[in-house]
Amino acid sequence: MSSSPSESKIQAGEPIIRIQGLNKWYGQFHVLKEIDLEVAKGERIVICGPSGSGKSTLIRCINRLESHQEGSIVVDGIELTEDTKHINDVRREVGMVFQHFNLFPHLTVLENCTLAPIWVRKTAKREAEEVAMRFLERVKIPEQANKYPGQLSGGQQQRVAIARSLCMNPRVMLFDEPTSALDPEMIAEVLDVMVGLADEGMTMLCVTHEMGFARKVADRVIFMDGGEIIEQNAPEEFFNQPKNERTKLFLSQILQH
Amino acid sequence: MTMDTFVPKPSRKPPMSTVGPLAWVRANLFNSTTSALTTLLFFYLLWLYIPPFIDWAFLSANWTGTDRSVCEANPAGACWTFINVRLEQILFGLYFGANPDEVWRPIVGFLLFFSLLIPLLIEGMPHKKWIALAMLTVFPVVFYALIHGEWIGQPIANTSQWGGFLLTFVLAFVGILLALPLGILLALGRRSEMPVIRTMCVLYIEFWRGTPLITILFMASVMLPLFFPAGMEFDKVVRAMIGITMFQSAYTAEAIRGGLSAIPKGQYEAAAALGLGYWRRTVFIILPQALKISIPGIVNTFIALFKDTSLVSIIGLLDLLNMAQSAARSIEWKGYDIEGYLFTGLIFWMFCYGMSRYSQVIERKLDTNRRDN
Repeated sequence: MSSSPSESKIQAGEPIIRIQGLNKWYGQFHVLKEIDLEVAKGERIVICGPSGSGKSTLIRCINRLESHQEGSIVVDGIELTEDTKHINDVRREVGMVFQHFNLFPHLTVLENCTLAPIWVRKTAKREAEEVAMRFLERVKIPEQANKYPGQLSGGQQQRVAIARSLCMNPRVMLFDEPTSALDPEMIAEVLDVMVGLADEGMTMLCVTHEMGFARKVADRVIFMDGGEIIEQNAPEEFFNQPKNERTKLFLSQILQH
Repeated sequence: MTMDTFVPKPSRKPPMSTVGPLAWVRANLFNSTTSALTTLLFFYLLWLYIPPFIDWAFLSANWTGTDRSVCEANPAGACWTFINVRLEQILFGLYFGANPDEVWRPIVGFLLFFSLLIPLLIEGMPHKKWIALAMLTVFPVVFYALIHGEWIGQPIANTSQWGGFLLTFVLAFVGILLALPLGILLALGRRSEMPVIRTMCVLYIEFWRGTPLITILFMASVMLPLFFPAGMEFDKVVRAMIGITMFQSAYTAEAIRGGLSAIPKGQYEAAAALGLGYWRRTVFIILPQALKISIPGIVNTFIALFKDTSLVSIIGLLDLLNMAQSAARSIEWKGYDIEGYLFTGLIFWMFCYGMSRYSQVIERKLDTNRRDN
């Protein structure tokens, strides 16, 4: 099947993402400081922290939507540099879901899902459509396939966005606050899809404040503030015995309501 | 304990007194003393001017005959006889006005144009892509062959003898056809991250946009030949086409740039995150949305171009307007300028209004945000 991913370039047991000594500045502002992070295949990571802590910037560096000035990021054996070809090679294997969905409003739901497989993976149109319908069924909206994004609710749009990423058969999925632009009634339907994805063993990095989701699926929870990773641990320990003062304060503020 | 069940109230129609024509008249024309007086004044002015015009233009007008004696016998009516007798000249220029046997050539050319255009305007017409492709590639060649005549073994009508609506059409068609792709590239270039390309596009756009078209045409006519060896003749119509295209592409580029800057950053990012490269992002994601937003601006520049073709009179070419003017100044028809202007005005208006309406139809068709489509 031509839509299946190419052979992975990494050996068994090696991390699929390796970030070493990452530093990034926006002009004079030092937004990421000395980040080291390794993600194993199949690992599910939740990243939380106050706004401005650099958590979104960090995951946006992983598919080079943001460029970094120092350190190295290696994704699936490919180092991210200025080289456009390498960047596109990485992006092909890394799916991303955005806070504001970013569906293509001039294309139908089905076309949103088949565009990249057809033009990037060179999948035949028929086959791409079959795959897309399979994923749309999985996110439980196959009946909306021929509608335009503007005709769907926020929750439905975000589920289409997830399906769109999955159609590329990615090795890693990045979620950038996928539920924070949604009405409360729609958050559950999106989280359900994400839990299902986690259960199937997808490597996931989620920036989110849904702590229930973190407890349920995360292998590791990372807390960031001021551009640094302050603390990381398994969810059980992270929530019950945070080691850092700052983490404790953050958790008490978001969990008290 | 029983639970309450939520039963939504049924929706009702709005009250009668707020809808219907009578309510509209009351709300819009007579809702205060001032508004009522203004309305009455306007109706009075319409009554004062419209009936005499209709009488002059239609009821008492002269339609038949072959010379001015008919019109001179009935000066209270418009002299459409003039338009009638000089129609070939006004529509197709001096050559076809003087050679009635050859008039079939432009007529066939325009029939071909409209037979391709009309299917493109009909919604749900199959094979639209192919018809559009034929319009952009085969049609210009066939049209040229028909009008010029050499390739089809007919008497030659040199471009310098093209005129009237034919010339207006040729200049506008070529101008639009070339200015659109050029404008797209310039708009993309102006937003490029590569400094050299960006600077070149900015210079180009600002230069051509900052120069009046009349100056450009004049320079093309007078200055250009000075740079080439003596005796080297440059076709005047081609020079006008180049000038108009350069000028127009700068305006089109700015209209499109407006659309490009309206596309949210998230669209670029989502396309990039899927692994689409620059050109695929641009062609599949960014341009379709940007062009849709720019339609009113683009059509606006095209309408302006269509009318600006009259400026070619500065280099001695006679478009629709100038041809009608020169016909109305001939000895046979001296003094019937008004009829000539009205007729050309009507043709210009029909085409410009047609473009405007069509752009509105496309806009509505492309509006995917409506819930009812």
